[in-house]
Order: sequence, then C-alpha cells, then structure tokens
Amino acid sequence: MSGPCGGEGALAGLRVVELANERCAWAGKLLADMGADVILVEPPAGDATRGWGPFLDDRPGPDRSLHWWHNHTSKRGIVLDLEQAADRATLRRLIATADVFLEAEPPGALAARDLDHPALCQANPRLVYCSITPFGRSGPRKDEHATDLTVLAAGGPVWMNGYDDHSLAPMRGLGNQGFQTGCHYAVMSILTAILWRGASGEGQHIDVSLHAAANVTTEAGSYHWLVARETVQRQTGRHAGMMVSMPSQQQCADGRWVNTGFPPRKPEDYAKLLGWLRALGLEKRLPEAVFLQLGAEQESIDLSKIGLDDQVTAIFGAGREALVLIAQTVSAQAFFVGAQKIGLAVGAILSPEEAYEDDHFKARGMQVEVEHPELGRSFRYPGAPYALEKGAWRIARRAPRLGEHTEEVLAELGAN
Amino acid sequence: MTATATASASPPAGAPNGDGALGRFRICDFTGQLAGAGATKWLAAFGAEVIRIEDPVTRGMWDVLRGMAPYVDERRGPDFGGGFNNHNPEKFGITLNLRTERAKELLVEIVKRSDVVSENFSKGVLARWGFDYARLRAIKPDIIYVSNCGFGQRGPYSDYKTWGPIVQAMSGLTHLSGLADREPAGWGYSYMDHTGGMYMAIAILLALVHRERTGEGQWIDMSCTDSALTLTGTSILDWTANGRTTRRPGYPDSNHSEHPVMAPHAVYPCRGDDEWIAIACRDDGDWQRLATRIGDAWTRDARWASVEGRRAAQSELDAKLADWTRPQDKHALARTLQVDGIPAAIVAKPEERIDRDENTRAWDLFPTVTHAKMGRVRVDGMPVHLAKSDWRIERGGPCVGEHTDLVLGRLLGLSTEELVKLHAEGVI
Repeated sequence: MSGPCGGEGALAGLRVVELANERCAWAGKLLADMGADVILVEPPAGDATRGWGPFLDDRPGPDRSLHWWHNHTSKRGIVLDLEQAADRATLRRLIATADVFLEAEPPGALAARDLDHPALCQANPRLVYCSITPFGRSGPRKDEHATDLTVLAAGGPVWMNGYDDHSLAPMRGLGNQGFQTGCHYAVMSILTAILWRGASGEGQHIDVSLHAAANVTTEAGSYHWLVARETVQRQTGRHAGMMVSMPSQQQCADGRWVNTGFPPRKPEDYAKLLGWLRALGLEKRLPEAVFLQLGAEQESIDLSKIGLDDQVTAIFGAGREALVLIAQTVSAQAFFVGAQKIGLAVGAILSPEEAYEDDHFKARGMQVEVEHPELGRSFRYPGAPYALEKGAWRIARRAPRLGEHTEEVLAELGAN
Repeated sequence: MTATATASASPPAGAPNGDGALGRFRICDFTGQLAGAGATKWLAAFGAEVIRIEDPVTRGMWDVLRGMAPYVDERRGPDFGGGFNNHNPEKFGITLNLRTERAKELLVEIVKRSDVVSENFSKGVLARWGFDYARLRAIKPDIIYVSNCGFGQRGPYSDYKTWGPIVQAMSGLTHLSGLADREPAGWGYSYMDHTGGMYMAIAILLALVHRERTGEGQWIDMSCTDSALTLTGTSILDWTANGRTTRRPGYPDSNHSEHPVMAPHAVYPCRGDDEWIAIACRDDGDWQRLATRIGDAWTRDARWASVEGRRAAQSELDAKLADWTRPQDKHALARTLQVDGIPAAIVAKPEERIDRDENTRAWDLFPTVTHAKMGRVRVDGMPVHLAKSDWRIERGGPCVGEHTDLVLGRLLGLSTEELVKLHAEGVI
C-alpha cells in the first residue's frame, strides 16, 4: 500500500527495531510513517497498551484499541518472549541488521538481558541505540516511578496551566503530551545521529529524559526564572505570567469559546474593527465605540502607554470590549473568520474532531483513509504533520495485529 | 560581486562547533519567535552553521522577542530580550537590507553555499522579496526550503495569522485541557511553538536524510496547526471510528485518566500556598500500597478495591485523598510515595525544577551562554545526550548584525573596504 504521494518515504532503507512500550510508541510511528522499516517487538501476551481504550465499537480486544491504532501505523509487528534465551538471541540477531534500536525500558532492565548498548554495539557498531526513560539513564532520580501526569508535574508544564482561581489544581493537557514531547526529541536525536553516522560511520547511544524534555519546554516559565529569577503564575486560557493579563477567551452566541487574541495595535485595525462592528449593527450597543474611532484617527498607538496614558488605555480597552461584544453576538466560527479577515490573529476553540472535519484541514489532506482488511473497512486517520513533497509522509499500513509479521521477519532473518 | 564563485565547505572562522553532529550543514535562516527559532536552535546546538538573517532597518524586531522581557538588568532594546537569547544560542546573526538589490545579490551568494533555507514568516513574504522556491532552486538545485506558517501555504485559512495559543485553539489541544463544564484552561505557554519548532526540525532533518540518499532537495510546506492535529489522534479516531465527540458531559477533566484507566490520578493540594502533588495509581497494586500508606478505615471501602469502582466515584476519592495530602509537605510526601513504588511528583515551580532538582543539575540541563551584551546567562539546554556527538550551547544569541562582517568576509570573501561601503550605503 502506498500513500497519496506514492514513492518511498524519506527514511526508506532505514530499519528500526522498537521494543513496545507506551513511552516510545510515538517516536516509532513518526519514523515508520516516513518510510522506515519499523519492526515492533511485543511479548507473547501483547503490549499492555493494546488494553488501552477507547476501543472500536467500545468492544475491548487486542486489535481494537484506537490508541494502538494511532500509535503504531506503518510498523510491522513480531512476538518474542524475552524471558527465553532463544528469543533474546533472535532479537540480538535482528538488531544486528538494524540501523536504530528504540526502547523505553527502566534503566538497567536490558543490561540484565544482555541487550544493553555495550552488548549490541559490538555486533553492530553502526547501531543508533535510543533509550527513552522518565528521568534519564544515570541521574539520581533515574529509578523513580512515573506516568505522563507525574512527568509533566515534575518537569514544569503542570505549573503553567490552569485557572485564575488558584484554589483549583493546576492542569495538564490530555493526550500523553509528556511522552510525545520526549518522543519528538528522540526522533530529532535519531535523525541527527543518522546524519552524523553518514559522515563518521559510527553509531552511538542516545539518552532521552522525559522529565528534562518537559523541563525545557515551558517557554517563559523557564526563562523568566533563568534570566530574572521571576516565577510565573497560571491564568485561565492564557500565558502564565508575572502580571495578571486581560482575559483572552470569550463564549460566543453558539456556546462555543474563542481566543480573542490581542486587541488591535494599529490605527487601521481600529478602523476595520469599527467597520465590522457597524456591519453587524452593534455600534450603538458599545458606548466605547467612540474610542475605536479615536484609535482609527491616531497616527500610531504606543502600547507601552497602556495603563499610563488614559487615551491609549481607553482605546486598547475599547478594542477588547468590541471583540467581546461581537463574540457574544455571533458563532465562534463567524467570529474567527470575521476577525481574521480584518487581520486579527484569533482562534475558535475547536474540539479535535471539529478541527479534523474543518474544510481547511480537509483541503490540506489531513484526512487519510487507512485500510483494515480483516474488518473489511477503512477508517479515517489524521494525516501528515509536515508536507514533504519528496520522500513524503504516508501511512503504509494499519497497526500490526499481535504477531502479524513474526513469520515474515524471522524468515528474512534466516535468509540473511 | 567579489564573492568567490565556488561554494566554500568550510565554516567561517569563529564557528566554534563545526565538528558537531551536524557540522557539515549550513542553514540560511530567517526564522524567529519560537516556532521557527526553536528548530534552528537544535541544528545550531549540534554544530550546524546557522546564519540568521535580519533586517537592519527595523533592527531585527520582526522577532518581537528581541525586545521583550525578561531582562538581565535595566537595559532595553533588540539586544536585551531574554527569550530571544534563550531560543537563538550558537547562531550567527547578520543583517541584510533586502529592499536593496545589492543585499539580494549577497543573499543569492549565501543561498548558493547553504543546504537549507528556513523561515516562519506569514505566507508569501519570502516570495515577495523574490525568493520563492523556484528561485531558490535555480540558485541551488538541491536546496531544502522549509516554510513554516501557522495555517500553511495552501488551504482556506492560509492567509490567516496565528501564534501558539491560536494554533492550540484551532487544533483541539486547548479544548482538551481543563475541567468539565468550565471554560477551557488551555495551555499557559505556547506548547505548539515549542512543538511546532520540533516538527520543523524533524522536517529539515528528514529532508537532509532524503537528500543524502537521492541527491534531491525540496520544498516543505509546514504548518504548526497540521502538526498539532496529529497530537490528539486517539480522540480523532474515537470520532471517525466510533462517532464519539469530545464535547460530552464530564469531559475533558484532563487531570484524570480515562485511557488508560487509572484512579486515583490527579493533582492534590499540599501544605502551603499553591503547593501541589501529582499522584497516579497505575493499577490495583499502586492503590493498595497507597491505601496502606494512608492507613485510614475509609481506604478499606469495598468500592475502592477495583479500578472501575475507584473511577466511578473518583470525585469522592479525590476529596478524601486531598484531605490526606493537604497538611503534608509535598517534597516529603513525594519521596515517601516513590519509596512505596507509587508514581508521584511535586508540581514543580520553575525554581524547584531548575535550581533545586539534583537530576537537572546532573544532566547540565540549563547551560550558561556568553552573550555579547548581556554577559553570562542560563538558557534551556537539550533533554537528550548523544554519547559521541552531543550538543553544545555556549555562545549566546547574536546581537543585531553581530556577525555580519565575519560571515560576509569569511564566507563570501568581501573585503574590509567593501564591508565599510555596504554599511555606509545601508545594504547591511
């Protein structure tokens, strides 16, 4: 099966052996969808995440987990029992044929099975061996127990998110984003190591820490502390900051929320906003509209004077009030399109499925059909995260059923 | 044009990192903010020669982070933005006034010697300067051109503007962060500027691998919003396969864990002002150990024996657990639960995770760079270590035009006299 663009992916010819684990699944998918031959190794009972819902038709089953479907596209799947010496030997032989070994076991677990980096790189010095662990392989916290939530709490993102009301707990966003962030760094590292191998001929060991990945991805949360020893505070729907900022979310007439972005900054934007307000017949309902007119008549508006200069403060405040009034009057989608048409960076707060069904994402090819031959059906999946025109992203096949390619892969190995 | 006719493979003198993992590659870089600059930060940290091209007339302030807080002291201006320094270490900074024909000629010479052209302008900006993909390819046939704009170069919204929170709103990520039946909590930082930068870096690296194998360059139409849409794929499949929407009662409730089923699984208050701990019981074993640690009669309620029972009444369970955690010190409690084998971690404040975490120190996660005007400042490092070709972050983000003479002199062979003239004419 080839993707919509046909041809080989950018990583054609690259073989990856992935030891099934919730923490590295996403990295394997990113490589597999770009054409790498990713061979996913599971124990005889199957990886635990086959038991994660939601399931197709809400009926559990090892081949019905939608989490599994999403995270393991384009991979081949084999079963090996690493409790057995013979299967461990098979895995070592398989890794000897690979460019990359991807694993997320607790530190030390693979050394006990003679599958650690020193053991494997002897037979395959070109091997790029990538380990993803909650706290890295060698630090004092390396053996701590962790989930996506606790990684995001320890690493900083949770402190950043939540509500103005600090009696409510700070939050994480859904989707195992802590694991996924670590996987993005793993893929960047693997590709960097492959490019270095192209020049040096040498493989190497990559150590990815999920905690560290969360810790360096909180934007101003980190650099306010690093530069000025300031601690940011969480705010509903907007950046955690040193000062309480203006609300940025508003519920629309259809009950949906929008992010109103920044109020206009330039005189011509105030003219356009006033025009939009008039077109909707709302000017009379906004006493502050006079300040929009004033804003439109300025040569420039110095935003640094907000709070200091009464006129600038009134103009800026009227911009926000006008956006709120319009949002309350129209649907979230109408607000989004209307504001963008006058040049304001605002957004409708869509659900994932609403975004998926949106015409823009459809036009960009974000809906991809994937065949599930044994079910006699195809299903729509999310499309490419980046549009390479050559060596393009594609889903080569649905996620493997348990042991689906064991025979095929072992036969290839025998032939080697 | 006195620039040498043949492309030079050697980096300009002063490139401290030419022997790094990506030391073979030169990036002609127009990126800014975080969604773009974050991508080339990775490349520079691994030794790629990233030449950041900025406008001398506006003093590079297209990238507003150049002038924004935090600041190391009272000085202000385009060379003092703390966020800019954080996102741009190890890059060279040059200025070209692309309103002038001479600067465009110089850009042509830089592109000839580059492997990648990267930008995250609004749609069409580089094309308006005369450097669309067709032109870039005519200059350098195997060039890799990555354009990263919020909604991409094609599609009904391609003329619309975004920044991180808008990408998060439009992709479903904002909706999935918060408590049910309330306004979304969303993300208190631009998660998708960080992550969009990562996808841009991955796209560049993929294109380099593809070029090594086939000799082909290409244009990559990147959109952070596309990338974001792939990050909630299980929810999307629940929609396409089961018809279930995430707009349903009791959802999102994002500190709880529906898939996989875990309970208790939340953030609980501890002693002090705004002090919190995250606790996650992965299975019945974790719960039994937690119940033993709590030791109160309520933990023996038959409802709590199974994960189904705990999840069905998790609000009640959370309230009881919060009563237990509230008087406790978060650090001590996290250590105790870890000894018991239960995933638990403090909700770390910036100071706690940056300066008071022994693991962070052991990793050398926040390296100190030397910035030409700000002096020594710490920045975000990389959460990976490559055993043989690791990252290095030592030089601070470039001041406006800091390396103009160096790069144009060493890379293009311009003489001192010529550089003086170009400065005088407002070309550089």
